[in-house]
Order: sequence, then structure tokens, then C-alpha cells
Amino acid sequence: MTNILIILVVFLLLAALVQVIRVNELLSELKNQDLNKVTDKDNKIQATLFFLIAGVAYLALVLWQFKNWGPFLLPPASSVHGAAIDSLMNFTMGLIIFVFFITQPILVWFVYKYRKTKTKSAYYYPHNNNLEKIWTIVPTIVLSAVIFYGMSVWSQITNADTSESTVIEVYAKQFNWIARYSGDDNTLGAANFRLVGGKNTLGVDMEDIKAADDKITREVHLVVDKPVLLRFRSQDVIHSAYLPHFRVQMNCVPGMTTQFAFTPTQTTAQMKQQEGEDFEFILLCNKICGVAHYNMQMKFVVETQEEYDTWLTGKKTLSEKLLTQK
Amino acid sequence: MSDHHKETFITKYIFCQDHKMIAKQFLITGMLMGVIGMFMSILFRLQLSNPGESFAVLEWFLGDKWAPGGVLDPNMYLSLVTMHGTILVFWVLTAGLTGTFANYLIPLQIGARDMASGFLNMLSYWFFFGATIVMLISLFVESGPASAGWTVYPPLSALPQAISGSGLGQDLWLVGMALFIVSSLLGGLNYIVTILNLRTKGMSMSRLPLTIWALLITAIIGVLTFPVLLACALLLIFDRSFGTSFYLSDIIINGEMLHNTGGSPILFEHLFWFLGHPEVYIILLPALGLVSEVMSVNSRKPIFGYKAMVGAMMAIAFLSCIVWGHHMFVTGMDPFLGSVFTFTTLLIAIPSAVKVFNYLTTLWRGSIRFTPAMLFAIGFVSTFITGGLTGLILGDSALDINVHDTYFVVGHFHIVMGLSAIYGMFAGVYHWFPKMYGRMMNKKLGYLHFWVTFIAAYGVFFPMHFLGLAGLPRRYYTNSAFPMFDNLTDINEVITFFSIIGGLVQLLFIFNFFYSIFKGTKSEQNPWKSNTLEWTAPVERIHGNWPGEIPSVERWAYDYSKPGMDEDFVMQNVPLKEGETEH
Ligand code: HEM
Ligand SMILES: [Cu+2]
Ligand SMILES: [Cu+2]
Repeated sequence: MTNILIILVVFLLLAALVQVIRVNELLSELKNQDLNKVTDKDNKIQATLFFLIAGVAYLALVLWQFKNWGPFLLPPASSVHGAAIDSLMNFTMGLIIFVFFITQPILVWFVYKYRKTKTKSAYYYPHNNNLEKIWTIVPTIVLSAVIFYGMSVWSQITNADTSESTVIEVYAKQFNWIARYSGDDNTLGAANFRLVGGKNTLGVDMEDIKAADDKITREVHLVVDKPVLLRFRSQDVIHSAYLPHFRVQMNCVPGMTTQFAFTPTQTTAQMKQQEGEDFEFILLCNKICGVAHYNMQMKFVVETQEEYDTWLTGKKTLSEKLLTQK
Repeated sequence: MSDHHKETFITKYIFCQDHKMIAKQFLITGMLMGVIGMFMSILFRLQLSNPGESFAVLEWFLGDKWAPGGVLDPNMYLSLVTMHGTILVFWVLTAGLTGTFANYLIPLQIGARDMASGFLNMLSYWFFFGATIVMLISLFVESGPASAGWTVYPPLSALPQAISGSGLGQDLWLVGMALFIVSSLLGGLNYIVTILNLRTKGMSMSRLPLTIWALLITAIIGVLTFPVLLACALLLIFDRSFGTSFYLSDIIINGEMLHNTGGSPILFEHLFWFLGHPEVYIILLPALGLVSEVMSVNSRKPIFGYKAMVGAMMAIAFLSCIVWGHHMFVTGMDPFLGSVFTFTTLLIAIPSAVKVFNYLTTLWRGSIRFTPAMLFAIGFVSTFITGGLTGLILGDSALDINVHDTYFVVGHFHIVMGLSAIYGMFAGVYHWFPKMYGRMMNKKLGYLHFWVTFIAAYGVFFPMHFLGLAGLPRRYYTNSAFPMFDNLTDINEVITFFSIIGGLVQLLFIFNFFYSIFKGTKSEQNPWKSNTLEWTAPVERIHGNWPGEIPSVERWAYDYSKPGMDEDFVMQNVPLKEGETEH
């Protein structure tokens, strides 16, 4: 019944629209005008609308969004390289906002000012090589600066010295994360997907002596101000390990290992003070990986060395877990 | 209508080789797909702003299986996102945009009787039609349509066990795309050959309207890169159906250990983006061409810096083929390559900036006539600036680490590619409608359509940047699984509100379009007082375009408001006056 009603209403609306247009056509025929010719009045109205909507309202609402929604953005980075990314971001964002607030008003102003009127006529101005050179060269210079700055931050991040870093493996599969600590030798034991099975969820090769002290966990704990090297593997499809608060992201790709090195600078406790009691560092999956992609997460905790030691010592090593029970 | 030879209904409307009819076929197919694709986005937006709530529309359209109790199923969410992206990128803004305007404008603007090969042209449409049917069928298969995102990265798209859309739906998606690519290639080759060989007397390359330049450059990058996508898709079909391991290695899925080793999903990404990035310019360049023409005509001024405009388009096209890696900064590729791709990507900002400045100068001291087409052309400049600027963030590898695959990207590409190209397409439809159908579209409905679209579109896509900067990943069925996103509900509600308004107002456009085909006021031969050759052809549609001889060309296309001339426009076939110099 409602369906028929809806169809009826749509039908009536359409019919009404047709009638309105018809009446309009008849009226303009009476007045001997062409209904669809653009008149000076149209030009005036549309130019004014453009000024008010695309100019004033648009720019005002952009500012409004920054003011009201700005506080929802991520807090400042909690890692060393993240701070460098944040500065680069502020620099680029500043530049973008500056250019935006120059070019949009120019557009709006030209559109409003140069609308067609009875008195003005257009100025024949096909080219001006000097002008064109200027606005090729100026963006080139500005962009060179952006490129140079960007590349230097990038190489700082990707060439990080990892000799002192604690090595932790992050393993992705539909739809959860598993971590493996490399133990006292700070070296992960070899792994092979063919060995996955039973309790050996990560396919670690227990023949490899380096694997004996590895520890498997469902959370990652890190020591504040101590560098870590995360090494990523995936069991099935591509996932992406995204740690927005640390400005870390790296894909986890089946068949290969990827990595990302960083140093956390804030403990979870500090962040809770700053951002509220509910705050947690979270690892999200950021590459579509299947039906529960939206809920693939793992907690990260940053703490002091003592807290960390207490937590990790309590965990069983792989040799305790796998070999003793066989 | 046409008087010079007999046509049956079939040869006139269906298996037609006339470029003007083929253009309309592309346009109308594209519009219908556009409605479907747009509608899908509204369905999944409902879930994003009101996660887990029940909606009668969802149950009505998707049934009990995919929306039990009116709540969208997560598998169907991903399918809708995937099909929405696929349809809008390929069906609306590639075939719908280029297919329409390349077919329609190339012969008419260069002074040719038809395309170089009318038959290939017809074939191009019918391959596209076949592709459309296959894609539409895939919406109805038992296991659901493809759902690995429009980028269909394997292994997700290669293994039916990985996600339900990776079954028959994905097969049909791949077959549909393969047909689509064949259609694009046939069309593209035809456009290139026609433009190079069939120009009328006097139509040198430097007198080509910018629309034609844009379409030529588009066709060239399409012909160079689409074959790579075809190869990419074929290898995926092999991996799916014939047990090869191009993209697969070391996989355990659903407890099953697969035999594949030695392949690489990253290979797929390289092949995909080798087309995928040029594709966004395949979408954008025709819009740039249409906007240049519409803007010049309605400012009553020559387009500023014609040569720079052509040069900028060539530079953009060239660079677009060497930047694909910016989609792969976080795949673990060699950091040095990351630097190279940052460099080439940010370089594209230079020709883009040149284009924006040239548009602004074209408007400067013009005499702007606000037709609906002109409003969309100006709206294009606004979105092109807004969206282009955020590209500086995404193109910078160091910054991309934190915004890659978040809603920031969704906001960026919808504004710079989606909106800009759609605005260009609307500008083209409003502007050339009188030529296509001999009637005018209703002006007032056009104004209403523009303003509601303009407001709603920014209302949908600008706030998405904030979601992204808050860390929200894209392709999430809901953000309620993470407390850190709880305060984003307001933003999501704003976006959904505007997407419904923006979607509905497109129906007004469709109404205006079809109403005007039959009932619009009759158009004069040259309603906008333009210079280009298509307006020298009679209003009636005839095979061969001009009843008598093809006009010859004596000047460039942009002599608007030239001092010393009788009127504020001089058509391209009017000889230079004595003592007059060419621009
Ligand atoms: C009413 C208008 C539209 C709305 C509300 C809309 C909304 C959205 C949203 C919210 C997403 C992201 C979903 C996600 O990542 O979870 C999306 C994806 C996408 N949209 Fe739109 N969109 C609209 C129009 C367009 C247009 C005009 C284009 C043309 C370029 C387009 C192309 C895409 C593409 C390529 C994707 C990516 C699909 C994927 O992730 O696989 N959309 N759209
Ligand atoms: Cu995922
Ligand atoms: Cu790209």
C-alpha cells in the first residue's frame, strides 16, 4: 500500500513539474521572450549567488569546519619521526590553506565583477608570455621546496638506524593480529607458512635455535623512548598495519616481509592524562581484507622499562609452549 | 528528419554507425549507470551514518539476504562500495564522458563527415554495452557482486574463500572489465586516427579547439595504458581459474594451505596502477577540454594561453604515466623509489597550476554569460583548485604514511576527479544539448541543478578530509568498533544528509534532459554564438554532418571580442579580413 502511495506521489510531482514548466513557457511566449535565453537579470542573479555561495559561504564554512572539527583530529604524534611528519604536514597544510584562500577569492571576484552587463565588453587577451612564465616558475620554486623538504623527512624515516631496535613481528590474518617478540637474542626465529598448524600459529621453525626464546602475544607493549623495529607478515591477503598515533603504516603482504622502525615518545599513561581515560594506542587494519576488515585491531601499550619487563617476563617462550607439550 | 537515404529503426537507433547517434548511446548508457552508481553510494552512506539501524529502502532493494531486517550486511557493504567505484570511474566518467564527447565532437569540430571507421566505432559501443550487461548481471549472482574494492587487489580478489564477493561476482567483474577495455581501445584508436587524418582544409593542429586536443591526448594515454590493465586482469583470471601463481604466494586461507609460491601481489599493484593513475587523467583531461571551450565561449574571450594549455595537457599526460607508485608508498617498496615517485608526482602540480591561472585570466575582464554550462565550468575551477591542493599531501611519501587509505583520500579524489569531471561532463551536456537534439534544456532547472549540486557536493566531500585526518580508514563497514572514532558521528551525519540531497537533485537533471529532448524550446543554429565548426552544421541531424561541402578553416577557434570585427565572435570558417592578423 505505501509503495503504491509513493509511486503515486512521485508521479504527481513529475506531472506538477511538467505543468510548471509549461506555464513558464506560455508566460514567456506572451511576453515575447525566449524562455531559455540568458538575460542580464540572470547574469546579475547568478553572479551574485556565486559570490555569496561559492565565495562567502564556502570559505566561511571551511573555516567553521576547521574550528569545530579540528579538535577531532589526531593528537600530535607520539613518536620521534612522527614529530617530523607533523612539522612537514603543518608546513604543507599552511601552504595549501594560503594558496586556497588566495585563488578561491580571485575566482569568485572575477566571476562576480566580470559578469555580462549592457555597458562592458570583453577584452581580447589571447596570451602574455611573461605572465605565463611567471606562473610556471613560481610554482616550480615553491614545489621544489616542498619536494626537497618531503624527501628529506622520507629518507630520515626510511633510513632509520635499527641496530639498537627491539625487533617485534606483527603477523596479520583474517581478522586479527598476533605479535611475536624476538626474545633475549633480539632475533626472530625463521618461519615458513608450511609449518603453520596446531599451536604453531605463526609457522615458526623450531629447528632454528633463534626461535626458542621468541614469545607470542596478543598485545604489543613498547618501552617509551626505546627504538623498535616492527616486521610484518601476512597469512592470507594483504592487510595494512596502521598506527595513526605513531604515524606508522606498512602493508602486510603474503609471501614477503615488510618493516617499519620508530621510537615511541609518550607512554599510554601520559596520553590518558592528556586525551582522557579511554585513550589507547591502537593498531588498525587499513587495507580491505574481507568482511571483518572494519574490526581488525590490536592494542599497543607504551610504558616504562620496569612495567615492560614485568609484563614480558610473565609470558611463555615458544620452546616452553610448543616443544615441552609435544 | 534525414532525407537523403532510408534508414530503418535498427540502423538508425541500434546498430548505427553515425558518430552522433553512437555518442548519444554512450551518453544515455552512462547516465543510467550513473543513477545506479549514485544510488548505491546513498545506500551505503545510510549504514555509515547510522550503523546497524534498519532502513526500509535497504530491505526493499537488497532483500532479506543482503539486508536482513533492513540492516546492511557487511559483505554487501563492500560490494556496494566496489561497484559504486567501478561504475563511476569506468562507466560514467570514462565511457560516459569520453565516449559521448569524443564521438560527438571530433568529427563535427575538425570538419569530418564521420569517424575514420564507423564500424569500429559501432563495435566500440557494443563491446561497452556487453560489458554493461555483464556488470549488471553480476549484481544478481548468489554469492554477491565483486567486493574487493574497485582496485580488486589479490589475494582478496583471487580467492573465493577470502570474501564472498570473490566468487562468480568477481569473475563477471573481470570479464566485464575485459570487454570494457576492448571497447576503450577500439574507441581510442579511432579517435586518434580521425583527429590526425580527417581534419578539414585549413584545420592545422595549432587551430584545433582545446576540446579536440584534450580528447586526442586522452586517447593516446588510454591506448598506451589500457592494454596493461587488460594483461593485469587476464593474469588475475589465470590465478583464479587455472591455478597459476602470478599474484599468489605462501597463503593459508580458511585453514587451507594453498600450493602457490613465488608470486607477488605487489606485481598486481604495479600493473594495476600503471593504468590506474593515467586513468584519473583519462577522466580529467576531457573535462579540462570541455571546460576550456565552454569558458571561452561564455566569457566572450579567447582562452588565455592556448599554447600553454596544450603544453600543460601534454606535460600532465606524460607525467601521469610515471607516477603510479604514489599509490604504493606503504607497500614496502624500495624507499628510493618512493622518493622518485614523490618527485614526479609533485611535478604534476606545475602544469596543473598553469591551467588554473590560465582559466582565471580567461575570466578576467571577460563578459561572462551565466548559462548553466558556464556555471558548471566555473564550478570545475573551484573543485579543481580545492582537490588539487590536497594532492600535495598525498603525493608526498612522508605525509602519505599517515593518510594513505583513509577518508582523506576519499575526499581528495572525489573532489579533484569525481566532482571536477562530473562538472565538466554537465557543462558539456548543457552546452552541446542544442546541437545534439535541436532543442534547449530548461535554463531555470539547470540553475537549480547546479546550485544544489554545488552545495551538496562540497557538503559531502569536504568533511571527509576531517574524518581522514582523524585517522578513519576507508572501506570500513562502520567506525563503531573503535572508541577513538566515536566523536565523528556528527560529521558522518552531515555527509549522509548532503549525499541524499545531491543524489536526488540529479533526478531533476535527468528529467530536464528527457523533457527537453521532446518538449524543449527549439534552438537556433548557433545559440551560444560560438566559433567552432559544429555550429556551422544545420540543426537537423544528417549523415555526413554538412549538406554541401565541408567548410574550410581560416582561423583558430578563439576569436571572441576581437577588436575591429563586426560581432563579438568570428566563426572558424570566416576568412581573415584584409590586414587582420591571426591572434
Ligand atoms: C552522491 C555522490 C557520491 C557519494 C555520496 C560518494 C560516496 C563515496 C564514499 C563514502 C566512498 C568511500 C567508501 C569507503 O571507502 O568505505 C566512495 C568511494 C568511491 N567513490 Fe564515491 N561517492 C559519490 C560520487 C562519486 C563520483 C562522482 C565518483 C567518480 C569518480 C566516485 C568514485 C568513487 C570511487 C572510485 C570510490 C572508491 C571505491 C573503492 O574504495 O573501491 N564517487 N564514494
Ligand atoms: Cu583489513
Ligand atoms: Cu595516482
